[in-house]
Amino acid sequence: MGMTMAEKIIACAAGVKEAHAGDIHTVELDRLMSNDGTTHLTIDMYNKLKNPQIKDVNKLVWIVDHNIPSDSPKTAASHKKMRDFARENKITFYEGEGVCHQVMMENHVRPGELIFGADSHTCAYGALGAFGTGVGCTDYLYAMVTGTSWLLVPETIRFNLHGKLNKGVYARDLILTIIGRISANGANYKAMEFAGDGLASLSMADRISICNLCVEAGAKTALMEVDDVAMDYLKAHGREPKALFTSDEDAVFAQVFDIDLGEIEPIVAKPHFVDSVVPAKECLGVKIDEAFLGSCNNGRLEDLRVGAEIIKGKKVAEGVRFLVVPASQTIYKEALKEGLLDIFMEAGAIIMNPNCSVCWGSCQGVIGEGETLISTGTRNFKGRAGHRDSFVYLASAATVTASAIKGEIALA
Amino acid sequence: MTESFTGKIWVLDDDIDTDIIIPTDYLALKSVDDMKPYAFSPLRPELAGQITPGDIIVGGKNFGCGSSREQAPEVIKALGIKCIIARSFARIFFRNSINNGLLLIECDALHDEVKEGDTIEVTPGTVIKANGKEYTIASLPDNLMEIINAGGLVKAMRKRNGLS
Repeated sequence: MGMTMAEKIIACAAGVKEAHAGDIHTVELDRLMSNDGTTHLTIDMYNKLKNPQIKDVNKLVWIVDHNIPSDSPKTAASHKKMRDFARENKITFYEGEGVCHQVMMENHVRPGELIFGADSHTCAYGALGAFGTGVGCTDYLYAMVTGTSWLLVPETIRFNLHGKLNKGVYARDLILTIIGRISANGANYKAMEFAGDGLASLSMADRISICNLCVEAGAKTALMEVDDVAMDYLKAHGREPKALFTSDEDAVFAQVFDIDLGEIEPIVAKPHFVDSVVPAKECLGVKIDEAFLGSCNNGRLEDLRVGAEIIKGKKVAEGVRFLVVPASQTIYKEALKEGLLDIFMEAGAIIMNPNCSVCWGSCQGVIGEGETLISTGTRNFKGRAGHRDSFVYLASAATVTASAIKGEIALA
Repeated sequence: MTESFTGKIWVLDDDIDTDIIIPTDYLALKSVDDMKPYAFSPLRPELAGQITPGDIIVGGKNFGCGSSREQAPEVIKALGIKCIIARSFARIFFRNSINNGLLLIECDALHDEVKEGDTIEVTPGTVIKANGKEYTIASLPDNLMEIINAGGLVKAMRKRNGLS
């Protein structure tokens, strides 16, 4: 019986020949990412264990990104706890260098790896053919101390992509369309695998954006076959694959979807659910108070280029705040060099340092009662971006930027 | 925890996300006990104050979707909720609940056939009795029940290692 990519990665990590959906395996983790959302809790629990030890410190990557720079003495204390522990235990530590998943893609993720991240959007690593999955801080602690965890082998939903996205349509529109089609729990406990001739037309930025959002359909992980585009990215960042896997022809999939990329159109997810998707044209005219271009989903150089091209020579609408947040320092520096940040600033945007920002409703850019945000962030849950009576629409970098200019939801 | 218990139910809908359960704004509070008053506040600000220990939450589909924040099951447990019965659970929330000793039960039919304030009887792994009707429920594997009964994964690890 053939195996899927997900099954092969788990079999490899479990040291067994075959793994199939429904099996439970003890696996050895390749990498363990944690951020300032919950690391302080992990440290507290670690300190309660008797003679605790980190199994393999080289596998740990800790990243301060959710509340950087800190916004209160409480978060400063939480960061200090994380910083001190990392230094004392020689854990690879980033602070302010970018949103965790972007930092991981730029510096650590390798095809074929099995990675736990104490963050739900860890599924982004599938863009490089790695099995990334989000866990809580207790599962993280167990993995940190033992080097292992248990995993239920997921069934896989396969998406065969065909053709190319039309001009003005983006990866973000594609993944929102898919989530709308299968619903917010349509892939619960499952892996979402993307393949097909259409994959070749998608950049790494597109791929990360697609894989990143799969948890919003409930997915345990997202996976893409590693092709030339992915290998070029990997080489450019000085890394080699752990292993290259593809699904066998006789692998068993729970469902198979064929998607014509040419049929995708600009999409908006309306408050308060990521699967409440409609064609963006149905939301035209909705007044906005703030627009956000950034996050682990759409804060990459390609997204900033899209936004800059649209806003060049124009102005942000009066009364609207337009936050532009590059996803990493590397992206920030590139955007500076290309003159993109000048364009945004000329237009009246607010450029912020790389962090999770309003996407998770933290220190900067939160919205008030009755306000509306259009965002390239990951979620639009009730209260997610600030006041419980506020509204978040999710869309592509292009739709977000066009809306910032018009002061209402608009198409580029 | 295989003995029967009864409890008053609070009924919530589909897709109760972790930002509803405990909004980002309150994650910086010092302890989960400090977070308790704000649980479910975006949806029902008064709910946390109304819940009494031993109560049960009945949810719809995809309960606990969203972020991996472990404070979500922790705060529900801290409120004294005995168990959550939902049509389905999001996977990270499922693992986090088990790891914190919070019992989760999947039951498709119950949600549409009970109303808030009803008292129901639960026998874990066997049956739920509500308004004269019985709903068969699946049992969790023994290793997961061991973690729940110990009060969570860390406590189970300590117990296994002979620590109190």
